[in-house]
Amino acid sequence: MAAPFDLKDDSVVVIIGSGAGGGTLGNELAQKGIDVVILEAGARHEYEDFTNNEWDSFGQLAWVDKRTTSGDWRVAKDFPNLPAWIVKSVGGSTTHWAGASLRFQDHEFKALTHYGKVKGASLLDWPVTLAELEPYYAKAEDKMGVTRTNGIAGLPGNNNFKVLKAGADKLGYKECHTGNMAINSAERDDRMSCQQTGFCFQGCKWGAKWSTLYTEIPKGEKTGKLEVRPNSMAQKIEHDKSGKVTGVLYTDKDGKQQLQKARIVAVAGNSIESPRLLLNSESNMFPNGLANSSGQVGRNYMRHTTGSVYGIFEKPVHMYRGTTMAGIIRDEARHDPSRGFVGGYEMETLSLGLPFMAAFLDPGGWGRSFTSALDQYVNMAGLWIVGEDMPQEDNRITLHKDEKDKYGLPIANVNFSDHSNDIAMRNHAYEQGKALYEAIGATRVFPTPPYPSTHNLGTNRMSEKAKDGVVNKHGQSHDIKNLFVSDGSQFTTGGAENPTLTIVSLAIRQADYIAKEMAAKTI
Amino acid sequence: MVTIFNRKAAAPDTPEPIEKQGLSRRDLLKGGTVSLGAILVISGSSIIHPQFAWGLETSNLKPETMATLIQLARDIYPHDHIPDRFYAIAVKPYDAKTGEDPKTKKMIEDGIADLDKRAGKDGYIGLGWEDDRLAILRKVEDTPFFQTVRGGLVTGLYNQEEIWPLFGYEGESYSKGGYIARGFGDIEWL
Repeated sequence: MAAPFDLKDDSVVVIIGSGAGGGTLGNELAQKGIDVVILEAGARHEYEDFTNNEWDSFGQLAWVDKRTTSGDWRVAKDFPNLPAWIVKSVGGSTTHWAGASLRFQDHEFKALTHYGKVKGASLLDWPVTLAELEPYYAKAEDKMGVTRTNGIAGLPGNNNFKVLKAGADKLGYKECHTGNMAINSAERDDRMSCQQTGFCFQGCKWGAKWSTLYTEIPKGEKTGKLEVRPNSMAQKIEHDKSGKVTGVLYTDKDGKQQLQKARIVAVAGNSIESPRLLLNSESNMFPNGLANSSGQVGRNYMRHTTGSVYGIFEKPVHMYRGTTMAGIIRDEARHDPSRGFVGGYEMETLSLGLPFMAAFLDPGGWGRSFTSALDQYVNMAGLWIVGEDMPQEDNRITLHKDEKDKYGLPIANVNFSDHSNDIAMRNHAYEQGKALYEAIGATRVFPTPPYPSTHNLGTNRMSEKAKDGVVNKHGQSHDIKNLFVSDGSQFTTGGAENPTLTIVSLAIRQADYIAKEMAAKTI
Repeated sequence: MVTIFNRKAAAPDTPEPIEKQGLSRRDLLKGGTVSLGAILVISGSSIIHPQFAWGLETSNLKPETMATLIQLARDIYPHDHIPDRFYAIAVKPYDAKTGEDPKTKKMIEDGIADLDKRAGKDGYIGLGWEDDRLAILRKVEDTPFFQTVRGGLVTGLYNQEEIWPLFGYEGESYSKGGYIARGFGDIEWL
């Protein structure tokens, strides 16, 4: 059968979401001859449609459906209805991501073993190891064209990187380079090379940065086995008396409710929407939501320990020119409890345009302390901290008691409070960032609070034992054999690394598993 | 219709609102002897001065309120190299919004009246030193009025493409081929 597929076709795999997890899984399955329908809540904007304007792009791409927040994180105060800066569009957050593609470190798959029990944290070892995942990391790096792998050259360093590198050298850091980026440093895979345009977060208008939007999805569609339905918001996953899932109820582009039958359902709506969908799919048989016999759906929400450091110099930097995430320091990514915390963090260059700098430098700030910083915008360099945060049971996505979306379904509340380990790590990173910029003459340095979360992880976590998590090592739910989770919500722990490469690697691996199990008729 | 001149409301639209405020057209052209920085001209019906070629019509808010809003905007996000008209553009939408929403109108008019009251007989604008105005703002910074105005400015002021060059931000670059041949790595002072 060729795409498009009939609503009553119950032989298809239905994937909810078209980002790093869903888009990759969809193409991988289609390449194996398996029929796939991807339901994507957002519209389809091709890369020509992207815009080099931060707020316009935000309006075009961001997921702005209302959510609520709670907990002691500053985002809850500054952006109470925008806990996350992620995307509602075909390609998901791969349209917006910076492109950093790092493998997890071996010990990060065994956080509990290496860090020991940390008070207040719900640490667990992953049911997979780095060794098991390595072949899939290799496939993902090749697929995505990651620099400094597969003989692909690194990107050239922009001004922001050169400042970072000079500071790193002064501090004696050894591992500082222009990163492992899924951004073409030369033409590859029919996509052109990076033109140093500087709007990576707004969608790459050249297609130089890997996104499922113009790689996985059209490749899958070309097989005739993949159909992507934009503007299709999943509302509920249905199941039969035996407890197997049978289809997905969704609202289509015309606002009509439809039911797409399915042999298998894979949820890949990012770590807020995925648990929300499972929770909203409650039934008499599953009164706490699907795949939730453990009570773990929505729990252990992680967002990486983040923060930024911006430094002001006497002379121009023009940090906004060129690749947004133009380089990395990896020396602090190690696990070294002598620093006063477990796990580690990466330091990666980051820049924002003037409009977003005004919004994010010190949300709520005003007066000359604030404006004199912006006055020096052109002399500013910036870096972003991304480190492993501790999973905590009560950092979680829940359904709002009263507020509902336009379809009448409860919206998500995101509760997050920093663990003391997160705070110790962030403070260490702020100090290092400050020292780095001051070592090369910064006259003023800003420890900037975390932005709305871009790395949303862990809310349907993988576990060896069914009681500890939601899915097994293949992302298959412990409770329901033909229900999978395919996004970052599977992560058992967060690692220090940007998550996309791991999400893509897991999706490739999951596709192999689904194909094998389908062939064996076990699902 | 009302003209606002140098952040003070003039008489309703008449042929000679400027003279009534004690400044001649020639003074305007020279930039005037004005204590509060750049000269602000707001006209309900026409642009008064070609050199400061912008106008702002108030239909719903009192013109004095609009003038104070502009000063307030500058006090919240003071950039001495940014002319008044950009602050005016940033707060202008409140005029339309207050026409649609009486609650917003009350919040803005009451908020400004409160500032004036706290400032004493010459009102908020009459306080010559920024520090004196800031002392008042620090007392009201948690009010919905202040937070609404401040929050609106984040996009209302900084998202005006015309001010980006004044901060050295170059904006859109795709149409120019990015920065690959235009200085993405041109730093020399390191």
